[in-house]
This record gives sequence, structure tokens and C-alpha cells, in this order.
Amino acid sequence: MSEQGRVITYADAGVEALREEMRRDGSIVYIGQGIGPRGGNFRQTRGLWKEFGEDRLRDTGICELGATGAAIGAAMAGTRTVVDEVFLDFALEAITQIVQQAANISYMSNGKIKAPVVIRGAMGAVRNAGAHHSHTFYNWFANTPGLKVVLPSTPYDLKGLFKTALRDPGPVAVIEHKSLYNAKGVVPEEEYLIPFGEARIVREGKDLTIVAMSRMVSLAEKAAGVLAEQDISAEVIDPRSIMPLDRQTITDSIKKTGRLVVIDESPSYCSFAGELLAIAVENCFNELRVTPKRICSLAVPNPFSPVLENQMIPTVERIVREVQDMMKDSRRER
Amino acid sequence: MSERVIAEQISQELLFAYYKKVLELRLFELKVQELYRNGRLPGFVHLYVGEEAVAVGVCAHLEISDLVFSTHRGHGHALAKGVPAGIVLAELWGKVTGSSGGRGGSMHMYAPEYGFMGTNGIVGAPIPLATGAALSAQLKKKSQVVVCFFGDGAVNSGSFHEAVNLGAVWNLPVIYVCENNLYATEMAFQRATRNTSVASRAAAYGMLGVAVDGQDVVAVHEAAQAAIQRARHDGGPTLIECKTYRYVGHHEGDPGTDYRTREEVQQWKQKDPVKIARQRLRDAGMDEATLQAADQEVEQQIDKAVEFAESSPEPSADSVNEHVF
Repeated sequence: MSEQGRVITYADAGVEALREEMRRDGSIVYIGQGIGPRGGNFRQTRGLWKEFGEDRLRDTGICELGATGAAIGAAMAGTRTVVDEVFLDFALEAITQIVQQAANISYMSNGKIKAPVVIRGAMGAVRNAGAHHSHTFYNWFANTPGLKVVLPSTPYDLKGLFKTALRDPGPVAVIEHKSLYNAKGVVPEEEYLIPFGEARIVREGKDLTIVAMSRMVSLAEKAAGVLAEQDISAEVIDPRSIMPLDRQTITDSIKKTGRLVVIDESPSYCSFAGELLAIAVENCFNELRVTPKRICSLAVPNPFSPVLENQMIPTVERIVREVQDMMKDSRRER
Repeated sequence: MSERVIAEQISQELLFAYYKKVLELRLFELKVQELYRNGRLPGFVHLYVGEEAVAVGVCAHLEISDLVFSTHRGHGHALAKGVPAGIVLAELWGKVTGSSGGRGGSMHMYAPEYGFMGTNGIVGAPIPLATGAALSAQLKKKSQVVVCFFGDGAVNSGSFHEAVNLGAVWNLPVIYVCENNLYATEMAFQRATRNTSVASRAAAYGMLGVAVDGQDVVAVHEAAQAAIQRARHDGGPTLIECKTYRYVGHHEGDPGTDYRTREEVQQWKQKDPVKIARQRLRDAGMDEATLQAADQEVEQQIDKAVEFAESSPEPSADSVNEHVF
């Protein structure tokens, strides 16, 4: 990450990406609920209305199916669009359009029709919102051929990945995390893009590899700090985009450390965390010194009670404890 | 407006062109039926037999740059929009010369080079897509219009409600054409909804709705012309309900008689779009020899399409990963 720049929020980094790209490409249209004068439920379009007006910022009623389909149809007809589901949970109202139409269109048309649409939504647990507003089902999207999926964990990454998404020929799901919107980070003044399929090594280490996505990256960093005090050196990797995936950086790290822990806010069953374990087994079997481990949310709908939700989602304490157990359990020498 | 008045407004030349197109759609589908029943075509096909006047009467007013979004019963829409029969048939055959190079098939065939934005395997799904394409047209300030075909099965879906509402509130250049063939697969429209007038639903969205005889290409021509002109001149969307009927089952393999009486099917066949168009030409003074020559010409066209599709190569198995993104 560049050390030069200003400290801004995750929400503002997204706004900057949009402003720059909407200035650069006069055809981009942004569709969603409350994204006009209100500036977005999460302040994720703040100030854009004043500059781009109602032709390019299309406020809609509550109609994710119609609005998402319209965004995809406009994209198929050559107008680049963003559709803001606001809460990723609400994308389920439109899932048929995302999966059946947008993701399939390039293949079904033999590459003749593209759908340059960004499907934007905020996932994850925040302030005990309960089961209907807290899902993290990016696994489903990544399991859909034709759909790219990015999970920015910092303001810097959000801006760079969002800008890349706004130039990509195909549908891209830009999945933010609701609890990160107020997170701050350094973002350069000068323009930059982050290509898809390039992981970020958040922290270098030699004893184990921790792969984490979205909000879990900051938990992994904190856990790595605690572990360092116990002479356990954790390398933390953020894939940033999970489709396409930077397998090389991940497998290089696993081969170096011999240990893999995945931190994932989604439940483990049929998950991206499971995919990472499969990648480790398929590519690094001989180098693994201990059974790879997943630290995931429990397989329950997000509970409302803070006590119960804290029990569900990985915590720094749980990560530290499970890594300590793993280190004791390492049987194989190299 | 009486039939006589309408007939006077359309030239014999145009009517003749419509007749040939309606016949092309009919003979194409009957050929597909034959090939499918003989096990020559993979997959599933939903045939347009009986509904041909709708596609022809609407698409007659479209430029190549105008866009059409179609349904699972969409071969006729593709042909009416100008996609050559050989390319449509090759796609049904899974051949590399097909409109999607064999990656799509009957329900996923795309030919944007002809303004044909696809058949669709998901009922209702093209309505939001077409609405978005119309938004694109409006923003580009071209005089382009978008036509969305769908059946009565789609109008009880959420897709219809959400998309038509957006089309109306944004005053988009889109024409929503409902082919009301009275059955959503096997479900009779009157059992699926209490308001069986699709056209009347337009009022709920503050837009114009009209109902026409979908078996008469001239009646469809008339309604579509007005709607398309309105859309082209920033007059917003129209919902056109075309009352029509499919003679065949929902898909090839469905006899279509478990939920409909043979008498009902026979009654509708009395209002056959091919016969009606032919009779109009006879009434206008066209002689039988000219009509028979036209029939032969269309038959030959279909034969050529079969020849082209049959002799086309299969896609290379190695190409399976191409075009995912």
C-alpha cells in the first residue's frame, strides 16, 4: 500500500472511485434505492447526485428484481451500470437476474453480448441487525461461472478494486462489509487501480499462513499481533478478489509456512474457506505440517442477541486459541 | 376500427410480405417439430405454431438497430427480427454456425447483430432486461426502441410488475407485447388470475394498454405501429395484449390435450394467422398462382436452412471453456 495520501473512510473511498469513473466514462449509470439526494443508506453515494443528477443516478422504489434486471439489460445494450442492492441480503430478490442472466450472458451468446454491470452490496454482521440483514453469501456468487467477486477489506482496496470493476467487461459483484464503512485508511491522491486476482500480503510471517477476507482481515491482523508476542509468526493474506483468485501467492505462502488457517465470516460448509483448504491439499500436500484449519462463523442464521451473535462469528480470541492449538498439534517436520 | 378499414390502409405489397413471413415462421416450426420428433435435435423446443402473426406484425416496424427480447417460445421472434432461418436452426441443432455457436440452444439464442437480444429460459426475466435496454436507448438519445415479448404466464410474476412500473415511471421507449395464449404451460389464465384482461393492467402503471386480435397480422401491425411510433418520439411505453393461441403443446412432447379440449384447439385453428393473411390477399385480388409461387419460395427457403444447419460442423470440444467471461 502506498504510504502517501490522505486518511479517508471506506465509504468515501467508494464514492471517490465512482466519481472518478463516472467522470471518465460518461455512460455509467448508477441504479438503486436511496442513492440519489439521500446519498445512500451507508453514505456510499454521498455527493454524487449534485454532480451527476437524476439521469445518471437512478433512484428506484423497493424493487431489486426489476432494478437489477434493468441494470443488466442496460449493460447488455451497451450502457455500463452499477446496481446497488444496498444490503447484499436484498440481492436475493434479484438473484435470478444476477445468476441466470448477467453471469450466463457472455457464454450463452458465444461472447457476442457482455454485461458490464457492477452488482454492489454490503454484507456481514453489524450492530446486531439480525438474520435478514447480515448474510455473507459471497460463496454462492463465486460458485457461479461468469461472475467475478471482490471483497475489499480497506478503503485503499475498495477504491482500487471498484475502479477496476467499473472497467471490466463482465458482471462483477463488489461486496463491501457494512461494519467497514466508517473504517479509515490511507488512500493516495493520485489515481490507481488494483487488478483482480492479486492477493495482498497484509503481514509477512514464517510459521503459518492466515487467509482472511473482508472484515476478517482486521481480526486476522490483530490475532497475528497477539501471536507475535508468543513467538508465533503469522503471515496474513487477503485475496481481495475471490473470483478470480490469486492461487500463486496463497500456495507460495502455504509452502513456506507449512500451515494454513482460513478466517471466514461465512459458515464453513460448502464455503470459500473449504475451497482454500482444497487448494492447499491439492497443491501443497507434501509441505503441510498439520491439518489445515477453518475458523468460520457457526452455521446458524445471525442471531439478534449480542451474546449469541458474538458466539457465532470468529473473534480475535478464538483465532489466537485455535492457532495455539494448531501449533502444538504440528506433527510433521520438514 | 373495422377490419375493412384496416385492410385499406395497408398496401398489397406489404400484406404479401407479411404473409410470406407468417408462413416462414409456420413452416420453420413445423420443420423443427419434424426434426425433433425424429430425434435429430437435442434439448427441448417450445414451438410458436399458431402465434406467428404477433411476431410478424410487431417486428415489421422495427429497424435492425431496434432491440427485441424474447421468450422460451422465441424462434418466431428471431426470424421476424431478421435472423436468418439457417442460423436459428443451426443453433437448435447445437452447431457452430448457430447464433450462439451451439452454446445456447432454443431458449438461449442471441443475435445482437440483428438486434435480437435473446430468447430466454426464465419466464418474466426478459421484462426487466428489456426495460434496462430501453433506459440505455433513452440515455443515448437515439430513436431506438425496444420490444419485449412475453406470455400470459409472465404477467403474474413479480418481474412483470417491477419492470413495467419502471418502464412507465421513466417513460422509456419500450413496447411490452403480451402474447396471451391462455395457458401458462398447463395453467389456464382464468384459473391463474381474476383479472384476465392483460391490457387493463396497464392502467395500474399509468400507461396505455391495448388488446388486439393476435391471429390477424394486420390488426397486430396496426397496434404495434402506433405504439412503436409513440415510443420513438418520447411518448413512453405501451402494453399490447395480443390474443392468440398455440396449436401445439407447451413443449414438444406435451400433447397439450390434458388441460385443453380438442374442440377449443379446433376452434382456434379456424382463426389461423396463415389462412387469415392469405384470405386478405385473395380479397385484395391476388391470384392463386402468385400465392402458390410464394408458398414454394418459402418452402425452399426452409429447405435451404435445413441444408445449411445439417451440414454445419459441431463445435470443437476443446472450445468448452471459451466465452465464460
